[in-house]
Amino acid sequence: MTIQQLTEELGLTVFALDDPDREVAGGYCGDLLSWVMGRAVAGGAWLTIMSNVNVAAVAALADVACVILTEGVRPDPALLAKARAQGVNLLGTDLPTYACAGRLHTLIG
Amino acid sequence: MQEEDRIHLSYQVEGGDLTHAGEASSGVKQTLRKLGIDPGTIRRVSVCMYEGEINMVIHANGGLAMVDVGMDDITITLTDYGPGIPDIDRAMQAGFSTAADSVRDLGFGAGMGLPNMKKYSDEMKIKSIVGVGTTVTMVVKIPS
Repeated sequence: MTIQQLTEELGLTVFALDDPDREVAGGYCGDLLSWVMGRAVAGGAWLTIMSNVNVAAVAALADVACVILTEGVRPDPALLAKARAQGVNLLGTDLPTYACAGRLHTLIG
Repeated sequence: MQEEDRIHLSYQVEGGDLTHAGEASSGVKQTLRKLGIDPGTIRRVSVCMYEGEINMVIHANGGLAMVDVGMDDITITLTDYGPGIPDIDRAMQAGFSTAADSVRDLGFGAGMGLPNMKKYSDEMKIKSIVGVGTTVTMVVKIPS
């Protein structure tokens, strides 16, 4: 499933979407950035409530397909700017992390 | 690429400000992409480099990052003139961290930096002298 399809299926808010056709394979939930760096799967969706600028760097370097800010969290202005500049696909939802992960799992396994 | 054609990259990492942390790592990633290095290797180098960069920003007031790209491997050397690591074995333990609360609030300081660097590199060496500084060398092999 592509990021664009996922965005439509889950009704996600689009903050930055550079590569809507990228495939999403798997996912990871976490807010400790080094933990995410070490464990997130490349090409997966990363669900987090962290909204500072470092999220863009971690997402880009860990090569996740997209970041989904959960629980209604919105990106800091610095994160938004960096995500757009670096081509990080940054999305958002009002769903709690658990519910979002559950729906993601149902959709893409 | 011939063996004598190794490519050398170097970056000055500014200390103290986590806002710009990751710029050296991003620069390396872009260069490796242009060189046609495979995505898996780029990711491993990125994780090693970023964790090291974060450590230099948080603990050592910055430092120098050098990356040496060859045919078979990529060597990352991070040198700082920070406080040094008194007990490297302890620093290597997952979950051990001396990071300040302000750093933890940003999502760092979980004590996973050095373990991640070890996990994603094929070789890692730490030389540290308290009061003088630390040099971390990591080698990531490129699959043939």
